[in-house]
Amino acid sequence: MSEVTEEKTELVLPSRIESIEEAAVKAAQVAERLGIDEAAMFGIDLAVREAVTNAVKHGNKLDETKNVSVSFRSSTDVFVITVIDQGAGFNPVDVPDPTDPQNLLKSSGRGIFFMRNFMDEVEWGKMSEGGTIVRLVKKL
Amino acid sequence: MAELNISERQAGDVYVLDMSGKITIGEGSVALRTAIRRLLEEGKKKILLNLGGVGYIDSSGIGELVSSFTAINKEGGQLKLLNLTQKLQDLLAITKLLTVFDVYENEAEALNSYK
Repeated sequence: MSEVTEEKTELVLPSRIESIEEAAVKAAQVAERLGIDEAAMFGIDLAVREAVTNAVKHGNKLDETKNVSVSFRSSTDVFVITVIDQGAGFNPVDVPDPTDPQNLLKSSGRGIFFMRNFMDEVEWGKMSEGGTIVRLVKKL
Repeated sequence: MAELNISERQAGDVYVLDMSGKITIGEGSVALRTAIRRLLEEGKKKILLNLGGVGYIDSSGIGELVSSFTAINKEGGQLKLLNLTQKLQDLLAITKLLTVFDVYENEAEALNSYK
């Protein structure tokens, strides 16, 4: 039997807060199989939670008739997570820098910062059928 | 079991909230908000959050710490933090919030700082 070098797992989750934990648990399971160390795992876990939080809360606005699709794809050198919502979309450039002194006391706006800080690549796109996709990449 | 457990004790005129669990979007963040609002309504404005048992926080939880800080400041009070885990300290460092919060590793020192 040959060694498994590529793996893909997909979840379709309703737009509710509990889905964030569900996605994070699955991410941890995949990361463990990949042998990802604890420090990197902390960042991946946080990035997944923030991406799914944005999809559930800001994208789909907690409308449980809308789903969030999360996929985990891994190969020998990369772990890629995508999160797709059915919302109206946003421009990440419009999100202010939370570390700017004038934004330090804002109560929100740090999720995207955490994703960018802990992952090697983060990019957003629009789905042709509507909705936003965020792609999180961790190099292994 | 609740996502975030909070127990309150008094040390002089400082109210210490011993917290354990997670401060994340949903239950954990709401529990913190509720506890702070209640203290402020009772006129308790010198508040020390003992975060030694908080093993996990997300951007929503950090946002709630910031909201607590501004709400207490607005009432003329003081919010300080005690016993940050290394991960929480790292998150506050990268978000530059260590420049905002007064953070202590020693409870006696933290309590004395209110005087």
